[in-house]
Amino acid sequence: MISIQHISKSYKEVQAITDISLEVQKGELFGLIGPDGAGKTTLMRILMTLLIQDEGTATMNGFDIIKDYKKIRNMVGYMPGRFSLYQDLTVEENLNFFATVFKTTVSENYDLIRDIYIQIEPFKKRLAGKLSGGMKQKLALSCALIHKPEILILDEPTTGVDAVSRKEFWEMLKNLQQKGITILVSTPYMDEAMLCNRVALMQKGKVLDIDTPRNLVDGYTRKLYAIRSNDMHRLILDLRSYEKTDSAYAFGQYLHVTGKDDEVEATEFENYLMRKNHEDLEVHDIAPTIEDVFMELLQDTIV
Amino acid sequence: MKQFIGFLKKEFLHIFRDPRTMMIIFLLPIVQLLLFGKVINTDIQNSRIAILDQSHDNTTREITSKLVSSGYFVLGDELMPGDDVEDVFRKGKVKMVVTFGPEFEKSLERDGKADVQLLADASDPNTARILTNYASGIINDYVKKEKLQNLQLPNQINTEVRMLYNEGLKSVYMFVPGIMAMILMLISAMMTSISISKEKELGTMEVLLASPLKPIQIVLGKVTPYLLLSFINALTIILIGVFIFGVPIKGSFVFLMAESFLFIMMALSLGILISTVAPNQMVAMFISVLALMLPTILLSGFMFPIENMPLPLRILSHAMPPRWFIVIIKNIMLKGTGILFVWKETLILMFMTFVFIALSIKNFKIRLE
Repeated sequence: MISIQHISKSYKEVQAITDISLEVQKGELFGLIGPDGAGKTTLMRILMTLLIQDEGTATMNGFDIIKDYKKIRNMVGYMPGRFSLYQDLTVEENLNFFATVFKTTVSENYDLIRDIYIQIEPFKKRLAGKLSGGMKQKLALSCALIHKPEILILDEPTTGVDAVSRKEFWEMLKNLQQKGITILVSTPYMDEAMLCNRVALMQKGKVLDIDTPRNLVDGYTRKLYAIRSNDMHRLILDLRSYEKTDSAYAFGQYLHVTGKDDEVEATEFENYLMRKNHEDLEVHDIAPTIEDVFMELLQDTIV
Repeated sequence: MKQFIGFLKKEFLHIFRDPRTMMIIFLLPIVQLLLFGKVINTDIQNSRIAILDQSHDNTTREITSKLVSSGYFVLGDELMPGDDVEDVFRKGKVKMVVTFGPEFEKSLERDGKADVQLLADASDPNTARILTNYASGIINDYVKKEKLQNLQLPNQINTEVRMLYNEGLKSVYMFVPGIMAMILMLISAMMTSISISKEKELGTMEVLLASPLKPIQIVLGKVTPYLLLSFINALTIILIGVFIFGVPIKGSFVFLMAESFLFIMMALSLGILISTVAPNQMVAMFISVLALMLPTILLSGFMFPIENMPLPLRILSHAMPPRWFIVIIKNIMLKGTGILFVWKETLILMFMTFVFIALSIKNFKIRLE
């Protein structure tokens, strides 16, 4: 459905994305995962025909993104990273406006947006600027869906949205996927990666790996420890200066630590840290998450 | 078409929901016109004068009452010989002191001449000049008509001055066209450029561009509301000019509105051009004010006569659209001339419109960069 081949793009002096190739299948929920500055937005804008790539080609549903840009603009629903609806129009007026822009009406495609719109309908007379973050995103999604697009491109839809709304939002995406819409979504949140069919891990304009989140996690074979003590700051410094430590980074309330090789035992860390006078020490095995995979990949690229 | 109407509806909602925009569009023209017309008025009315009469005869009394009844002057103080004239000025209450010499009537009837002195406060040179001109005009007029008709004066040349097209020398005749040019420029150019760059700034342009809307639809949708509103403004300004300030429309009203329409189109295309360059509202506003408002006021001949400008500025003033528009409407309103007399100015405005539209099309981006 979306096919990207060797796309590169640079702004004046900054290389935004370098040689990106990926395929998104029809009906797939595909995630671009990576921190700020990874090039997610640039890639999406190129696909949305808003930017022109320096090199490479891409097609959406068979249409070339440069030659057939008008067709693509008719066929794809787009939700930019920043809230991009009219804050001085009401919920209803925004929706109606986007419906007419896409030569359709709200009632015509109401089926598709009903599940989402029903949640904000009680506030349909409210100005969009006065909605909460989660409701803004629901409205933006409704507007992006109003013309029944075949492909949906969402740029960090859950950034700045509370945890409950994020969860709801992803459930909505799953429902849309059931209806046959191909979805390309970007997010900086690693936990959301698990909700995608496949993900591309991105960093500094490059794709590090593409696979299902399950496979990515399963492919992580290193032995991983979660460690904590009462002085986390000193803990991370001590661990990083320990000759048997490979990597140590903060992960919630714990540090995730790998040894130089998988022979390094939990007790070795424990003994070392006891010598360093750490109190309330806790060291145990932990199953890897997608973030650990990402950190591992990052380390490989740096080295 | 439905798309376009939807877009228009949205634009009008933007305008009507923003109190600042509403004020600029509907209040500003009226306030500005009234301000310029009433307050910043260079016409002389009710200026306070003092009289120092050393003869106190019939003639001096009559001249005094002529001055006061002219409407230009009000009598402030009657001074006595020996009073300190400068002191009167320093208090700032009077603008001019009229001094009649001793034995005014007698010497006038005997020799055909008499002394009268006009002392004016020239800390405001324009007013001082106008006051003394008016006063000497009134005095000479009276003396000639009443006193000297029996006297035979050799080789006297009477110069008769008539101010054509504006007999009363009312400055409002100048302000109405000037304000009209300024307001139309402000609303058309500034408001369109701001409203387009606002979409860029808030990121909504990104969504519009990614939609099937054509650039021409976006631009027309942005411009049309302001075209309508500016036209209403042009009408309002003309109506206020005619009914409150008594400015005549000697020429064809339809022709006047047609020329206003042309000027509005010119300003709108300039606004679009600005918005293609400005990345956000601030910049759009800055360009509009610096590049449009100030030159309109300073270089269009609206405030300061173009003939008095130094050469570089005079050349620059040719590039100011309001300069041509002001010539056109003054011709139509005050002289009642038709297209035959303003075709050159009209063509210049058309040419400018064309250039601005061409540049805007060239600059308008269908993508983000």
